[in-house]
Amino acid sequence: MPYESLHMKSLENIIPKLVIAPGFVLGFAFIYGFMIWNGVLSMTGSRMLPNYDEFVGLEQYVNLWDMDRWYVALKNLGLFSVLYVGGSMALGMGIAIFLDQKVRFEGVLRTIYLYPMALSFIVTGTAWKWILNPSLGLEKLMHDLGWASFHFDWLVQSDTAIYCVVIAGIWQSAGFAMALSLAGLRGIDDSIIKAAQIDGASLPLIYWRIILPILRPVVFSTVLVLSHLSIKSFDLVMALTAGGPGYATDVPATFMYVMSFTRGQIGLGAASATMMLATVAAIVVPYLYSELRAKPHDR
Amino acid sequence: MAASLHIAGIRKVYGKGDKAVEVLKKIEIDVAPGEFLILVGPSGCGKSTLLNIIAGLEEPTEGELRINGKDVIGVAPAQRDIAMVFQSYALYPTMSVADNIGFALEMRKVPKDVRTKRIHEVAGMLQIEHLLDRRPAQLSGGQRQRVAMGRALARDPQLFLFDEPLSNLDAKLRVEMRAEIKRLHHLSGITSVYVTHDQIEAMTLGSRIAVMKDGILQQIGTPDDIYRRPANTYVAGFIGSPNMNFIPGKIETAGENGKFVFLGGSLDIVCPDAKEVTLGQRPEHIHIDPNAPWRGEVVLVEPTGADTYVVVKTSVGLMTVRVAPNSIMKVGEQTGLTVSSRHNNWFNAQTGVRLV
Amino acid sequence: MNAKHLPRVLIYGVLLIAAFFFLAPLYVMLATSFKDADQIRSGNLLSLPTSLNFESWALAWSSACTGVDCRGLKPYFVNSVIMAVPAVLISTAWGAINGYVLSMWKFKGSEVLFGFMLFGVFMPFQVVLLPMSQVLGFFGLSSSLGGLILVHCIAGLAGTTLFFRNYYTAIPKELVNAARIDGAGFWRIFYRIVVPMSTPILMVTLIWQFTNIWNDFLFGVAFSGADSKPITVGLNNMANTSSSVKSYNVDMAAAVIAGLPTMLVYVLAGQYFVKGLTAGAVKG
Repeated sequence: MPYESLHMKSLENIIPKLVIAPGFVLGFAFIYGFMIWNGVLSMTGSRMLPNYDEFVGLEQYVNLWDMDRWYVALKNLGLFSVLYVGGSMALGMGIAIFLDQKVRFEGVLRTIYLYPMALSFIVTGTAWKWILNPSLGLEKLMHDLGWASFHFDWLVQSDTAIYCVVIAGIWQSAGFAMALSLAGLRGIDDSIIKAAQIDGASLPLIYWRIILPILRPVVFSTVLVLSHLSIKSFDLVMALTAGGPGYATDVPATFMYVMSFTRGQIGLGAASATMMLATVAAIVVPYLYSELRAKPHDR
Repeated sequence: MAASLHIAGIRKVYGKGDKAVEVLKKIEIDVAPGEFLILVGPSGCGKSTLLNIIAGLEEPTEGELRINGKDVIGVAPAQRDIAMVFQSYALYPTMSVADNIGFALEMRKVPKDVRTKRIHEVAGMLQIEHLLDRRPAQLSGGQRQRVAMGRALARDPQLFLFDEPLSNLDAKLRVEMRAEIKRLHHLSGITSVYVTHDQIEAMTLGSRIAVMKDGILQQIGTPDDIYRRPANTYVAGFIGSPNMNFIPGKIETAGENGKFVFLGGSLDIVCPDAKEVTLGQRPEHIHIDPNAPWRGEVVLVEPTGADTYVVVKTSVGLMTVRVAPNSIMKVGEQTGLTVSSRHNNWFNAQTGVRLV
Repeated sequence: MNAKHLPRVLIYGVLLIAAFFFLAPLYVMLATSFKDADQIRSGNLLSLPTSLNFESWALAWSSACTGVDCRGLKPYFVNSVIMAVPAVLISTAWGAINGYVLSMWKFKGSEVLFGFMLFGVFMPFQVVLLPMSQVLGFFGLSSSLGGLILVHCIAGLAGTTLFFRNYYTAIPKELVNAARIDGAGFWRIFYRIVVPMSTPILMVTLIWQFTNIWNDFLFGVAFSGADSKPITVGLNNMANTSSSVKSYNVDMAAAVIAGLPTMLVYVLAGQYFVKGLTAGAVKG
């Protein structure tokens, strides 16, 4: 007589399930429930307030892809992501390689490179807004230092403002890339390097041909996290440029907020949010799936 | 307070459909109160799963389990009044040795003074009184083992379960702790079930041994039974070191003046009424006889101090023979082998099951 | 090998320049905050303040304008504290309990469900803003600190659960089995055995959560009302007001005030912060 289906489940079996239930229920409602809800909203004609009576199908999406501002936002996202992720990665890894050379004061230096990550993007944006101030900031500094022809009004020019966001972003996050790269470098077996040195390889060659390939997984996860951060880049843009001048530095995150909460275009905002979700899901879901599949299931 | 243990028809299946794995196949064991039962077998034979089922850490797919006559299927481990010693000791790392030992008593709301008294009693039995204030991380392997035993003893349970507790100790400590466990069992008289893969542990510790393979109980009996009359070739080969020698062949003539024929030789010994058989002989029951008709060549001489083992290559296989420690046999020597009519183990050649 | 000397100079040179790049903005923030309006105009980013002028700090704290309100950052600082402390504590505790269940009391489907929940760590929160506003409104919690606390607790759940679950998976199951046999139940095993072993991960999670929640802007700006804005929103409003006179020194002082708590946590407990970062990225 099979017991597992018949006998009364002891308290031991029930309590864990009860305990985690609220977490699962609320978590799922928050993630998937809201995702669907947002999707529904995106198919209504809601403007200032949600309006579920006005069902318009995919019209909001059509409107979305008709807007110049949305294209600007997408282009900025692409540009920003590539430069932000690439720049942070390059700078961070570069610093890590130098730090790995047994320097003194390594601890102090590490603290210095990483502290910007402890700051809010708002603080970073506010500070850099001042630093890149067209008249009193970087330009004036360079003038005072003797470089009279230095001209830096990138922050207020439509076509260059986004690069200012990139600079501030790299400043904030390069330390993160550095920390992960350093941990990765430290994990490499010394004897491999020694073997290569005996074989006659120069240090730069060793890094390029041996060390960096070993670090691929670290690079991969760093790029993943940084990409995720860049898609969310709401705070930084709001503080540094508020999406301006005009909407030259808009990104999907700011676009969504402005449409939903300032412009009274909730349906459109919801549609843009869904687009953001789709982009993230396209990257993250395959990654998560492969990660969870790779692990053997214990009973 | 020793309990009896009744295991009947216990089956355990993992997974479903064609991915189902039957880890335990209808196990029947009865343990008398106060007995020390050993579950022995190779990895994957199901012994640890059976122990977990007895403990209540896992539920069987089917079957009956009674502790002291009471049905305990579905009863939580804490309610079964059992104690368990784990292979990795599983000591609570943030608590002192004293707290570790007293933890179960604390869970049962035993008053503090009674608890302390019991902790000291048990610590005294195990000679770890001087360690009571230390943390597990500060103890050696052997000390941790004692604390784990102390934790189990403090409970004075009806049933003691051991899951390969000595596997993580070095050889010398293992011998020491084996004696310790035996002594404690003698003192406490608590019914015990002990899982191990080490057949020497099994032979020295148990009042009865249950040999398992692939989820099936191969044989259950006293160490003597198992050693002298193994139920099949598997048990015969598993218990006893060096292994039993197996000679496959045919019985030409059965009876008192029987003849057993095999590749490269024959033996005139008492034979049972059967045809295709395997004869099993332990190294101490095969003898070197330079004049015997069954020939072979010495390929290895292994002195172990108290005995010397000589491996002889014959046409029917390698035979390990125990000889006197001062034997002067050399590798390459040609010699003969004989076998007495007593101590013969006859097995069915196909099934490996013991005949007679 | 004299090639050995050159690299050393190069190494320290590069590292020092990098250090300058990272420290300069901090210096600029501090220096600017201590200058008065004249110094700002006449000097430049890097020039030292001629005297320590604390006026902008006082203004930033108590009377600078953030939109229509001119009460400085103080009320927003208080809001952030009221919001962050419960949110951090609740989300951490809840994550610990969830992680405990998912690592030591697994049941059929728990791993799959957890896998689905993991997506919550990655998803862009833009997608929950609108529904959440409606839910908060429904419960009468919109534009309130209570609402913000609720949002942060639920939003942070996936992350804290992940941290604890990964940490607890490393604890051998035999420990739990021994406790079960000893008579300890679900809760007792948790607070007598598991929690005492949790100090490292607790530190990591608390710091990680505090940094994220204190620094958050998105939920702050979407769900707060006039009286419940956190400091990030206050700072942003202050720095972006379109009033005629721009007081950069006040803005900088305000930025430092806003950034101080998380910076302090970082300086004091940086190793846990780094562990949280690396744990978050090296998921396994």
